[in-house]
Amino acid sequence: MIRSEIIRDIAPILRDQLVVCNIGLPSQELHMIDDQASTFYMLGTMGLSSSIGLGVALAQDKTVISIDGDGSVLTNFGTLPTIANNVADNFILLIIDNGSYGSTGDQPTYAGKKTSLTAVARACGCENVVECQAEETGVVLQAAIDSKKMTVIVAKCESGNIKVPVITKDPVVIRDRFMTEVVRLNA
Amino acid sequence: MSVSEKIVADFVANGIEFVTTVPCKQLGGVIDAVEKEPSIYHIPSNKEDEGMGLCAGAFMGGKRPAIIMQNTAIGVTVNTLVTLTQFYRMPLPMLISYRGELKEPVACQVEMAVHTKALLNQLNIPTYHFHKPGDEQELDAILKYTFMCNKPVAILTDATFWGGY
Repeated sequence: MIRSEIIRDIAPILRDQLVVCNIGLPSQELHMIDDQASTFYMLGTMGLSSSIGLGVALAQDKTVISIDGDGSVLTNFGTLPTIANNVADNFILLIIDNGSYGSTGDQPTYAGKKTSLTAVARACGCENVVECQAEETGVVLQAAIDSKKMTVIVAKCESGNIKVPVITKDPVVIRDRFMTEVVRLNA
Repeated sequence: MSVSEKIVADFVANGIEFVTTVPCKQLGGVIDAVEKEPSIYHIPSNKEDEGMGLCAGAFMGGKRPAIIMQNTAIGVTVNTLVTLTQFYRMPLPMLISYRGELKEPVACQVEMAVHTKALLNQLNIPTYHFHKPGDEQELDAILKYTFMCNKPVAILTDATFWGGY
């Protein structure tokens, strides 16, 4: 399975949740497969999906899922200790780990070589870290939502991309409709 | 009330409930006051761009944020300021220690100080400079301005303002 197949699999689960989606192809794929107002699409700023998601989770009560990639987590490695030390039980970090920088042409990441993001997350102090195979992602994600415990999921998959259109929505529109959903879900 | 306590009191009066900090000797008193303030969630960051991501999330989650950092961080946050904070039109008060100004003992700090205002100017970030004791009187109006216009706004505080090192 490749990342877009995982996103297609879990889209029905994401639909009812607040989602922060990583820059580039992950956002474009989710936008094409099942665009929801409750998804914040990152149009820039590589690496900050987990930080933005944690900020949303700490500021309100509803579950927030940050969809991240192995390359993006490597870009913002400092995020894992911050997550570990600021426990938000409504926060799930889903790292789709395909061992490559998909949006830039599938150059290999160190996570696809000797570095285990699962082990790093645990070493940083994250208490609920689950590594799974691509096919199990939906089951593991639903279990994490139901557990109401902050969870880091590392879903291992193959590298590879599908053709997707870029997102042309205005960033302020994306932000505004996401904030409207935050208010609606917390009402 | 100390200057640090006055600054945090202005944060509270303007509804700021989420503050991220990257350590700075000059702003140590403000960071301590933030930590002590029960109505503020204080979340230390490992790097300033990470902190700006946290602040963007907190804002969208319904809490007014602020970041406390050194001016050296302007160099590492340009992309985040432009593609996240400004592109999505989010407010962000940035309380910044202006290292490398008069009374600075460390030469290397000057190398970033000479670029600080030029970079902020290039990024069209409204910038205020607290240079003399009492300049903090303007903070309340600066915070109101920031949340009115939904922009990142810089407040540079130098060694003369803080009474030396």
